[in-house]
Amino acid sequence: MTAETTTSSTRRPEALDRVVIRFAGDSGDGMQLVGDRFTDVSASFGNDLATLPNYPAEIRAPAGTIAGVSSFQVHIADFDILTPGDVPNLLVAMNPAALKANLQDLPPGASIIANLDAFEDRNLEKAGYHGNPLEDGTLDAFRVYQVPMTSLTLEAAKETGAKPRDAERSKNFFALGLITWMYTRPVETILHWIEERFAKNDLVRAANLAAFKAGYHFGETAELFDHPFEVHKAQLPAGRYRNISGNVALAYGLIAAGQQAKLPILYASYPITPASDILHELSKHKNFGVRTIQAEDEIAAAGIAIGGAFAGQLGVTATSGPGVDLKSESMGLALSLELPFVLVDVQRGGPSTGLPTKTEQADLLLAMYGRHGEAPVPIVAASTPSHCFDTAFEAVRIAVKYRTPVILLTDGYLANGAEPWRFPDTADLPDISTPFATEPNHDGEFWPYLRDPETLARPWAVPGTPKLMHRVGGLEKEDGSGNVNYDPENHEHMVRLRAEKVARIARDIPPLEVDHEDGARLLVLGWGSTWGSIKAAVRRVRNGGRKVASAHLVHLNPFPANLGEVLARYDQVLVPEMNLGQLSKLIRAEFLVDATTLSKVQGLPFRAAEIEAKILEMIDGR
Amino acid sequence: MAADQGADGGAVTLTRKDFSSDQEVRWCPGCGDYSVLTAVQLLMPELGVRPEELVFVSGIGCSSRFPYYMNTYGIHSIHGRAPAVATGVAIARPDLHVWVITGDGDALSIGGNHLIHALRRNVNMTILLFNNQIYGLTKGQYSPTSEIGKVTKSSPFGSLDYPFNPVSLALGAEASFVARTHDMDRKHMQQVFRRAHDHEGSAFVEIYQNCNVFNDGAFEQILSKEARPRMLIDLRHGEPIRFGPDRELGIALNDHGEAEIVTVADVGEERVLVHDEHRPDPTVAFALSRLAEQPTMPTPVGVFRAVQRPTYEGELQRQLAVAQDRQGPGDLRSLIESGGVWEVS
Repeated sequence: MTAETTTSSTRRPEALDRVVIRFAGDSGDGMQLVGDRFTDVSASFGNDLATLPNYPAEIRAPAGTIAGVSSFQVHIADFDILTPGDVPNLLVAMNPAALKANLQDLPPGASIIANLDAFEDRNLEKAGYHGNPLEDGTLDAFRVYQVPMTSLTLEAAKETGAKPRDAERSKNFFALGLITWMYTRPVETILHWIEERFAKNDLVRAANLAAFKAGYHFGETAELFDHPFEVHKAQLPAGRYRNISGNVALAYGLIAAGQQAKLPILYASYPITPASDILHELSKHKNFGVRTIQAEDEIAAAGIAIGGAFAGQLGVTATSGPGVDLKSESMGLALSLELPFVLVDVQRGGPSTGLPTKTEQADLLLAMYGRHGEAPVPIVAASTPSHCFDTAFEAVRIAVKYRTPVILLTDGYLANGAEPWRFPDTADLPDISTPFATEPNHDGEFWPYLRDPETLARPWAVPGTPKLMHRVGGLEKEDGSGNVNYDPENHEHMVRLRAEKVARIARDIPPLEVDHEDGARLLVLGWGSTWGSIKAAVRRVRNGGRKVASAHLVHLNPFPANLGEVLARYDQVLVPEMNLGQLSKLIRAEFLVDATTLSKVQGLPFRAAEIEAKILEMIDGR
Repeated sequence: MAADQGADGGAVTLTRKDFSSDQEVRWCPGCGDYSVLTAVQLLMPELGVRPEELVFVSGIGCSSRFPYYMNTYGIHSIHGRAPAVATGVAIARPDLHVWVITGDGDALSIGGNHLIHALRRNVNMTILLFNNQIYGLTKGQYSPTSEIGKVTKSSPFGSLDYPFNPVSLALGAEASFVARTHDMDRKHMQQVFRRAHDHEGSAFVEIYQNCNVFNDGAFEQILSKEARPRMLIDLRHGEPIRFGPDRELGIALNDHGEAEIVTVADVGEERVLVHDEHRPDPTVAFALSRLAEQPTMPTPVGVFRAVQRPTYEGELQRQLAVAQDRQGPGDLRSLIESGGVWEVS
């Protein structure tokens, strides 16, 4: 396929400002793969975008069933967008189950491209259909395109010599080819990617190429579609961009922070969804001196990282909720030892095993209070996939400067979601290094708990340094000397000191910025991945001529110093959270503010419309 | 002898004092832990290491107070987690000498997982397991090495748990160095500790240690002065395994590969097993570890197994070096720009 063929269509594309496409199929159908490809090609084309992958916890749930449906939603636009889109404009359904599982999300008038070949009796039955929805009027409200993707793929792949069973697996590339035509995406980028990705397997490469081209040509030649669409480049702020997912951004943020802290990263973790990709990513970059260890369990991962911190490296571990439970004792140790240590919690639906592949924000109070004793820990939360870079850097900065464990909260939506990232110039990254202790600090002795009067951080003396030998442990210690100490007054002093150390970090973080509008009496306060939905909702409310303000917390412990004052400025405070009101509880307790909670705990991010409706309800006093 | 540069530039010999902290030792009077501490502190100056190169990591339990008494770097960590924390130290700093101090409850019960994985990874550390067959710090409950039927505060009708044999466990966990010693013989302890320290990789040492408060005399049947000649089987590399007041007894393998006690005069000297620490297969070492189900029967002490295997941190360092060779030193800018980059002006 050449560039000429891509423009040979006689039908002129219709320009759209944005479109939301959802690819849905069996978990073995490769929907995440084609979703990723479509996202990447759209990103490099210059659209703004946001994605929402959604897949089952089972690797291969029974084929053809609702339980096995995997989907990938991507929102592309010619302006800056904030969410993966409330509702899809187009659903690609590779089988009846994919249609059934996603139909309720489609607004009337939306388009559906269905793989006709898959709508046969057995599959219909497996999906729980009694008739064929393509024929029985179920889809009357939608624009439906029936495309025999499987047979067209088999036909196209015939010449490649691929066995029918293997060729059939290329049908996701047929779908990608068709959608590439429909939305006038650059073809060469995808062809090149297929060539490279499957370079080692001639048959598969040939079949995928053939399927992709067949899909593309089908769109071009079949009379099914009036014309293709195009979504022009977005006018994003000037700068250099790349597409990035949250977990990769987080890994890069750690590498950047390690470099700027002048510390080798010692990253120990145990595989867990949806955090494992951080381990996968970091383990590729040993040339940065990154040491990655797949530990025997979550507890060991934390212990190894703490051992590394004692020895003078940047100890980091990442996990999801169930792993945080197991690492609680290690967090307590790290804060008693007062060593730098970063724990990343990529939140997922809980409790217990919960919803491993779905997103949630219900670990805030766990991060805040999930340890025995008075055990305060700084908490930082990422708002968008690319923000995972910034917050990883910030978590390390705080950990190193204050010699404290820090919890970084992201979630499944951020981890797997992607967006264009205007990345920083690495030359602008600040130096966040801290010197190791080199000399005795108390009458020729070394006192490991003699603190910096400003930050209250204790000296970090690493093994190998002469004259600074010292012992630390989880037992209460005397302030200053660090010797084991059971004295009642000393214990209370130490408890208050550890709290004060964390509280003082408020002096060292930016004040909360408020997106205020004159006359606004309602503040929408958010944290974490609700950022996009809240921003989009606020935008809609304002477009409707109403006044509303919003603010988003990155630091959750300590809060920005001006938070109380900001809250006091508004008559109403709305806190949308993917939990039952955990931030609300904290600000109620801290500031006696009668905050209203908007909860959603469905394993899915908020739709902007849901927040918009709540804002309007509150403004209008309905 | 480790030598320090004195103020005048002359070599100063380090002594026990250089390795002893100013903290008051607080074990019960008569505890076996004292003799282990003394043995270690006295041995240190002979190992050619400096106090700042040593890191003692412990878990929780009586013996885990050990690091506080050493004038070295030390971490008194969490119950059972010492091998994990020590792994972090060893990986970060392969130049250090890492010692793990643990007990039967700490290492074999709550920390069982960390112990076996540290051993199989062959992380370079010396693990001293103080086995007193009881929980001392919590005042006398049965431990994973207590004998069946043990009557304790938590088992008034007798313990139902079948005990671990720590040496068998370590051998099963692919340990490259496995030894046993006891708190009644400083010289033997020091020989074994020195070998463990010199070993590249995880070195596991079980120490029979008397808890004179909650489990006094647990090892009396084999460790009393009179009992030792007929109850302790001293393993020496390259020598036939013989014991008894007149070395009249020996160890031989039967037709099933099991080790058994034989009277040398009856079976002939040629049937007596010659001890080989370096045997790559751990089967014979394991058979030796099964000779005594409990320390009430003739029990082997000394080094069961000492084989060479690449260490975890050595291999990790190698991977880091290879990555640098292949990919060049990490460059953050090119990493960030490794995806497709576009410019908006």
